[in-house]
Order: sequence, then structure tokens, then C-alpha cells
Amino acid sequence: MSKFTFLKSDRSNIQTVLITGVFLITISILDVFLNSFFKFNLMSFLPDKISLVAPLLFGMIGMQLIRIEYSGNKYLDILNKNINNSKFNAALTLLIIFLIFKAIPPSLSWMILDANISGETKDACTGTGACWTYIKVWFRRFMYGMYPNEQHWRINTAFLLVIGLGTFGLFATEKMKKFLALYYVVIYPILAFLIIYYLISGGYFGLEWIETGAWGGLSLTFIVSFFCLIFCFPLGMILALGRRSNLPAVRYISIGYIEFWRGVPLITVLFMSSVMFPMFLPEDFFMDKLVRVIIAITLFEGAYCAEVIRGGLQSLPRGQYDAAKSLGMGYWKMHIFVILPQALKLVIPGICNTFLALVKDTPLIFVVGLAELAGMLALAKTNPKWLGFAMEGYIFAAIIFWIICYAMSKYSYNLEEKYKTER
Amino acid sequence: MSEAIIKIANMNKWFGDFQVLKDINLEVEKNKKIVVCGPSGSGKSTLIRCINRLEEHQKGSIVVDGTELNENTKNIEQIRAEVGMVFQQFNLFPHLSILDNCTLAPIWVRKMPKVQAQELAMKQLEKVQIADQAQKFPGQLSGGQQQRCAIARALCMEPKIMLFDEPTSALDPEMIKEVLDAMVNLAKGGMTMIVVTHEMGFAKEVADEVIFMDEGMIVEKAETKEFFANPKSDRTKLFLSQIL
Repeated sequence: MSKFTFLKSDRSNIQTVLITGVFLITISILDVFLNSFFKFNLMSFLPDKISLVAPLLFGMIGMQLIRIEYSGNKYLDILNKNINNSKFNAALTLLIIFLIFKAIPPSLSWMILDANISGETKDACTGTGACWTYIKVWFRRFMYGMYPNEQHWRINTAFLLVIGLGTFGLFATEKMKKFLALYYVVIYPILAFLIIYYLISGGYFGLEWIETGAWGGLSLTFIVSFFCLIFCFPLGMILALGRRSNLPAVRYISIGYIEFWRGVPLITVLFMSSVMFPMFLPEDFFMDKLVRVIIAITLFEGAYCAEVIRGGLQSLPRGQYDAAKSLGMGYWKMHIFVILPQALKLVIPGICNTFLALVKDTPLIFVVGLAELAGMLALAKTNPKWLGFAMEGYIFAAIIFWIICYAMSKYSYNLEEKYKTER
Repeated sequence: MSEAIIKIANMNKWFGDFQVLKDINLEVEKNKKIVVCGPSGSGKSTLIRCINRLEEHQKGSIVVDGTELNENTKNIEQIRAEVGMVFQQFNLFPHLSILDNCTLAPIWVRKMPKVQAQELAMKQLEKVQIADQAQKFPGQLSGGQQQRCAIARALCMEPKIMLFDEPTSALDPEMIKEVLDAMVNLAKGGMTMIVVTHEMGFAKEVADEVIFMDEGMIVEKAETKEFFANPKSDRTKLFLSQIL
């Protein structure tokens, strides 16, 4: 018999080991908790080096004790199976708990307890924590860029209108359903463009003209992402079909296009669009920088979309094509009614991936002088009156980007669920 | 003797270097039921897939309902609309309900109003006895039900000719009968049918003629009774002795 028999837990001594085990784990977690929240060392009577590892040691012994197979207690079994099924996993579990306890107090005190939000100038920030005053003062700039303050209602109205038009599909009657695809692919982008052009850019109907260079902040992030998303998707679809076409010319053009755009970095594409491209245009032809940038990103992301969609097309069995053909459907009818609905459903996760990457690539347009959210941060942090608050700004931006991206990925999960009819 | 609705003359087909079909000559008259049998790899499926040009032939000619199959896409689509096909793997559209599977082609190819297409589809589904499943999706149906739905889907185009490519080969034994019953009913209704199958019972019951194929050639073509009673070629005799 091993001398560690008392560590061998089974159902016969379940009461004893359970109480001892839970007690030891509680002690170990409590020690870390007190240490990190109240700077109080429960085990200060032990030598320094031992008191450092003591919580882990106690925790490990405790975990070892409560690791009882088929204990009969449902919750204990779940616990053991998932986070305490070996010494290694027990140690990982404990370390993760310790890490969380260690990380909470400093971040909490920096972000909330010691932070400042009052006042209008840098002087308000006296504490050791974050200076949210900075975000508060700059908030409008982060949202709207250099757009004049008294005109912000135009951006808000335009966005509300665009979102409102976007929900049209929810209210469409049975009869209008047929035209939904047409609406979203052709009519909606045009309407959105017109709204944004006339309302945000202005120059008509007594609205003051505001050049795109003044646009910025989160609203510019939205504008760029929105147009790139709705244009790059149909473009990708056409390229994906083109790459699988039987016509050699169409196929090689598609392959050439996709491989070209996938082979160049986005940042050079943006430089080209804003610096080189205008040189090739005739003198009297003017295309706004923002429009050029949107076109450039669309063309770039379209190639990625195309390959994702092609993956979906390739995963469909040949029988689906045969069946559609045998019913007398031509190329377009077959693709619109049979192939694409199935293929697009399969590529929702991949498309979502591409779209998330696109949204997070938009800060790159800063290199051509368009300051969207991250760009505004870069400008703000170099403002002499507000030096030294880059951290707050980037955390603010990270939170906003996270919310946008999480909402998008959540929406893609919903779509997947919605269209899950079989398999 | 009535006019031949399918005329195949000197048809040859290659997959790369491999010749699958060699000098096929075949005429099928209206309302006749032809069963094509033969060992696997003998080119039976390829033959009927050529009839609605799911496969392209390289030499010879195929004329279906007075229209020759060639590069002309309009002709091909027109012929495909007149020729229904049922596949071994059913090939229903999994993203559409059974009813939508049946109405899709009539609405978009035949330009039929939706209500009328639905009535027609329900009538055809009634015939194959799965009208009660109309709102379900293909994935929720058994193999036999799916295959009957596939038959109904093809019939909704009101085709002049029906092609069956081993319709029962992917089914469990107890489901074969329900599909064969549907096909027998269809045959009795006077449809022109070409059926690739190993179900010799079905052949005996409904076929007017049986074709035996081997190595890409039509080895024997005879009236059903004649075919089973005294096959001429040795290859046919061997095949029949193995399968019956």
C-alpha cells in the first residue's frame, strides 16, 4: 500500500475528503482573493517563497481530494469531468482562477475606481486611473470627424434613413418578395448612395457642401464599410461564377483578376487609388478621394469574397447541377434558384470572416488622409493639449470595434440558424 | 408504326481516351417503354444522360422530338424541358420544400402562374402518394419518398419522355416497391420511358423492349418476352443467368 492512501479518494470516505478538499480549495482561492483585492497576505506566517506557491499547493491537494469518480453527486461529477480530470487540468483551472483574481483589481481601479470623467480639460484628470474626460471631450470628433458640429444631424438622419430602408425586407409582402434580391443588390445601394451624397455631402437643397476630407470618425468607418460590403459581395459572386465558367475568356479574366488583387497588399492599393490613379484620369474628370478609396477596397475584397463563394459552389454535389439542367433550367436560372441559395448558405461563416476583416481594415484609409475612428484617435493623441492619453483612446476604439464585429458575427450565426432547413 | 421520338444514329462518346459508347443506333417510338440493362460500367447511364445532353456526345447524331442535339443552347434547354429525368441519388433541392421542388421549374421555365403550378404539383404528388408531405423538406423524408417526389418533380414539367437512371439502386429493399409501383402507374398512363435498372421484374411487367448493353455497345435489343425467353448472344445469357 502506498503511503499516500489518504489521497486516494473514493465513495467510502466521501464526506471527509469532500469537506477537506473544499476547505483547502477555499483557503487557496481566498488567499489569492485577499491578496489581490486587499493586499492582505493570509499566509504571511510562512516563509516568503513558500507563501507564494502555497495557494497553488493547497488548491492542488484539494482538487486531488475532490476528484472522486462516480461520486453520485451530479454537480461534482460535472466539475470533475470538465475542469478537474487530471493533475494538469486542475493546475490550469487554479491558475486561471488566480489570474482572473489578480487581473480584476488593477484593471477595475484603472478603468473605473480611479478614473476621471468630469471636467472639460486635461487638468480634470488628476487620479492614477484612466482619463475618460479625454473621450468625453473628443467624443463628437471620434464619431463625426471634422464635420461641423451644427451639421451632425445630417449624418444621423442619413444613417437612420439608410437603416430604415435596409429593414424593408422585413415588411415586404408575399408579392414583393420576388424583387427583394433585386432591391438589395441594385436599388438599395443606389438609394443609400444618393441619401449619403445629398444629405451628408450636401451642396443642394440649401444644405452647405462639406467636402469628404472633413468626414471622419466612426461615421466614416460605417460609410466605408457599408458601401464596400454591399458592393464586394455581388462582385465576388460574379467572379466566383466566372472562375467556374466554361467560357475560357471569362474564366481567365476572373482568375487573373482574383490572383492579381489577392497578390497585392491593401495598403498599396489605397496608395495607388489616391496618388497614382488620378494621374491617369483626364484633366476635367474629378472623382472624390473617398469614392476612389471605396472602389479600391471593394475591388480588393471582392477577390477574397469570390474565393470564399467558390468554395461553397465546389462543395455542392454534381447531382444538383444535373437535376436543375434536366428540368430545362438555363445557366442563370439554375444558379439563381438552385446553386447559389445552397452555396451561399454554406459560406455564411466564410463570408462573415471576410466582412469582419474588411471592417477592421478600414482604419488603413488613414494612410491616404481619411481619418475614420482609429485615424481620429491618431490625430487626437498628438494634440498638444491632450498628450498622453493614447491608451484611453485605443481602449475606447477597441470596445467600439469589438461591439461592431461581435454584432456582425452574432448576426451571421442567426442567418445560419434561419436557413438551416436540412442535413 | 408510329413515328420515332428519339433517334440515335452512330453515336460515339469518349471520356478522354476511353470510349464509353460505341456506334449506338437506337430508335424509340412514342409511348414505348424501354428497359436498358447490363453490367456496371457498360455505358447505360451515359447513354441516357446523352439523351438530354447532361453528357455531350462526340460523334453521330441524337434527335429528340424532331430537334437535333447540338451546340445550340436554346435547343438543349427546350429538349430538357420535354424530357424528364429521375436520378439514382434523387437530387432533390434540399433548400426547398417538396412542393417548391415541384413548382420551381414549371414557374420559371414554363412561366406557369404560381397557383396553377401548385395545383399541378399537388396533383402529381397525389399520384405518387406523398401529397401529405408537401410542406416538408427533402431531408425529412425517407429515400423512397424522396425518389417518388423526384418522379413527381419531373412529371410537373409534363414531359413527353421520362428517363430513369437506376432509380431504385440507392434504396432499401422495402422502399423499392413503392417507387416501382409509381413507375408502373406512370407506364400504364402511356408515358414514353427509358429505364436503366436491374429490376428484371419491372422489365417483365412493363417493358415493350429490353436492351442489353456491354462495353459501350448495344449487344442485344429485343421484345421483352423474346429477350427473357431466348436471348441470342452468349453475353446476354450469362448476364441473365447471374441476375435472375
